[in-house]
Amino acid sequence: MIVHDVLTRALAQGDTEPLIRWIWITDHVDEIVSRGLQHVYLTVVSVAIGFLIAFPAAVLASRHRWAVSPITSISGVLYTIPAFAFIFLLLPVTGLSLTTVAIPLIAYTLLILFRNTLAGLDSVDPEVKEAALGMGLSRRQLLWRVEVPLATPVIIAGLRIATVSSIALITIAALIGRGGFGQFILEGLDTFFWTPLVVGVVLSVALAFLADILLLGLQRVMTPWAEAAGVRAVAT
Amino acid sequence: MNGLIEGLQWLVDPANWSGVDGVPARVWEHVQLSLISLAIATLIAVPLGLWIGHTRRGQFWTVQLANLGRSIPSLAVLSIAFLLVVKLAPANHQELAFGFLPTIVALTLLGIPVILINTYVGVQQVDPDTVEAARGMGMNGRQVLWRLEVPLAMPLIMTGLRLAAVQIVATAGLAALIAGGGLGRYVVDGFALRENDRIVAGAILIAVLSLLTDAVFSLLAKATAPRLTSSGRARAPADVDVVRGEVTPPT
Amino acid sequence: MITLEHVEKRYPGTAAPAVGDLSLEVDEGETVALVGPSGCGKTTTLKMINRLIEPTGGRIVLDGTNVLDQDPVQLRRGIGYVIQHTGLLPHRTIRQNIATVPHLVGWDDARIAARVDELLEIFQLEPELLDRYPAELSGGQRQRVGVARALAVDPPVMLMDEPFAAVDPIVRNRLQDQFLEIQERLGKTIVFVTHDVDEAIKLSDRMAILNIGGVLEQFAPPETVLRDPANDFVREFVGAERGLKRLALLEVGDIEVEDGPVVDPSATAEEARTAIEAGGFGWVSVVEGGELLGWVDHDALEGCATAGEATSRPFSAYVTARDSLRQALDSIVTSRTAVAVVVTEGQHYRGILTLERISKEIVA
Repeated sequence: MIVHDVLTRALAQGDTEPLIRWIWITDHVDEIVSRGLQHVYLTVVSVAIGFLIAFPAAVLASRHRWAVSPITSISGVLYTIPAFAFIFLLLPVTGLSLTTVAIPLIAYTLLILFRNTLAGLDSVDPEVKEAALGMGLSRRQLLWRVEVPLATPVIIAGLRIATVSSIALITIAALIGRGGFGQFILEGLDTFFWTPLVVGVVLSVALAFLADILLLGLQRVMTPWAEAAGVRAVAT
Repeated sequence: MNGLIEGLQWLVDPANWSGVDGVPARVWEHVQLSLISLAIATLIAVPLGLWIGHTRRGQFWTVQLANLGRSIPSLAVLSIAFLLVVKLAPANHQELAFGFLPTIVALTLLGIPVILINTYVGVQQVDPDTVEAARGMGMNGRQVLWRLEVPLAMPLIMTGLRLAAVQIVATAGLAALIAGGGLGRYVVDGFALRENDRIVAGAILIAVLSLLTDAVFSLLAKATAPRLTSSGRARAPADVDVVRGEVTPPT
Repeated sequence: MITLEHVEKRYPGTAAPAVGDLSLEVDEGETVALVGPSGCGKTTTLKMINRLIEPTGGRIVLDGTNVLDQDPVQLRRGIGYVIQHTGLLPHRTIRQNIATVPHLVGWDDARIAARVDELLEIFQLEPELLDRYPAELSGGQRQRVGVARALAVDPPVMLMDEPFAAVDPIVRNRLQDQFLEIQERLGKTIVFVTHDVDEAIKLSDRMAILNIGGVLEQFAPPETVLRDPANDFVREFVGAERGLKRLALLEVGDIEVEDGPVVDPSATAEEARTAIEAGGFGWVSVVEGGELLGWVDHDALEGCATAGEATSRPFSAYVTARDSLRQALDSIVTSRTAVAVVVTEGQHYRGILTLERISKEIVA
């Protein structure tokens, strides 16, 4: 096994390898870009599909409270199964494909997105809903014109958590060669060559921060009223 | 589907239930790694969280740390812990880098943020009027903390412990990557040896252990929740980790 | 305009109905208050009219058609609706809030803009509020916007659920006055719910007093309810101060005032002194050709030949014919000599009101 070879080498000579060799980075720009694209692609696909499932589920649950408990239980189990184990459970079924990575990621985002969307919908003042119905909005208009806009800060807060978590989780998929920046981390770990490890860690954290800031900006643009209404969707 | 069945067959094969690489040994390793790490993380994070919640000092950094904890991949934490031990260990003791030490450092680091933020929020969310009333009755800071804030924060502290425990158990599976033990060994070795049944069996065991951990800590949370109604215990509040961005927004 | 015929609301699994068998008729242009203790079904009754709550029995006829035969969404667009905390949409500006129903019923932008301007003027709202969000307004402003929004498509009927309960008493009073003014201009048919008997007395043409389960105990103008409560329930509900409350409904102009001690400026000081003694208040009003100049007492007359020579001092407070007897009473109890001076426009002296005179009205 790899580690044993590495162990032998390390024990023999101690560690003298520097944390970063800049030349490696300039030599690997193409690979960094393609790993980055893979990372972004997997994140976007997983969060988007997760949201497409969680959003209607939350709308359903906000209308029919009995649905809250079963949906929470199912998504809770999916949330608790470690992505690492989930990927390898799927391996014999879906092979080394992107699907093997996407399914655990989607499963992981469901609970976060469901709970936040439901919490957002629930946070809408019942008086506002009553007044809106009283003015003659239909149920559908109530949902799209009142409830969803007002739930948006909390929904986006959920998307931020789901996105940041997914970006971090994807690195694990490096074990089957689909880990985006995680591939560099694993490569460094396997070879005692620290540069890719450092690059992988830094870039995946940076990507998480970037995505978070973008979503925060999106929320600001979409809900200009939130500041006036004192909605604290951000505590930074 | 065949892969899954092979995995189950591997699990029921008595040959795999004995020896250093047998299921009981690996489960015990996994549990040990997790428990030690969780215990250290708890000893660090709970007192710190109580202090922050009680004094309202360092709230900003607590939130930042919780968010950072979410955005740093667990694989990265493990690698960094490994790297640290390699760099810091004396040249003639490089074997420290393999096995328990870096794994426990990493798992502890992973557990701290979620326990810290839940403890802090648990204390911080106690109704200020109640605290004022308690002080008005003549309780000192210590009494307010132990008689009021800690009991009322218990549900969230337990939520923090549960989330941390699940995350630690999950990540302990990765320890095999740096020559650590635990159930991850089956997956990593199986992958290297191209033994699908072993991989799947390992994955099943990790998943089951995670779900069990979640269940055990849910029960513990119920048992320690303060009675707030005469008919029963208060419902545990929503996890700080996932609900409402205003509690722990990433960034 | 609105007729409730044997209306009933029963919730499944409850023994007693929320509203048992309620019949009520509201005339066009009338303001009717639904009052009663909690559990009397007043809010339920109100919400059955726009079908936010579905009746389980009876008919509610609005402008000739049974509301139960109409599409509830269309029905509601034609009825103004105001609730306690206004329910303004927090994510829409004031302009967008007011435009909600016009938008729903398909008005074009120009027409909506014109209507918004019109409502702004009616409700005396500052134009710069239009682009703000509800959270940026005061409670009183929000409440006015809430009513303005309900009137946006000029519905003939308006339903109000505790419309002024969420604001402080001073603001509430101002909003109530403004409501009365606007209602005088617009003449809507209004049904409103309140737990505040004084509000019902002040604002309504008729008040429907409901008992638990929607039992109608009395349906009459406030003055009648106060003077002649139908039964013990009503008597207790309107409270021990009903005589006092009734005073709020009567205007000074409705009753005869006493002449009071009066002299012309040309009167001699001696005549003025006599008048002061006769009046028994220690002062006399100086009135020239009907116009009240002020009052003089013995000290002021010292060394003067006529009443006009003495420096007359103005009264600190007056009441007019349009003021209520309650205001007159207030003026009396706060004056040093227990008298309210009544004037008409242009300081025309009408006479005085005394405690005895008002207590006669309380007894009546």
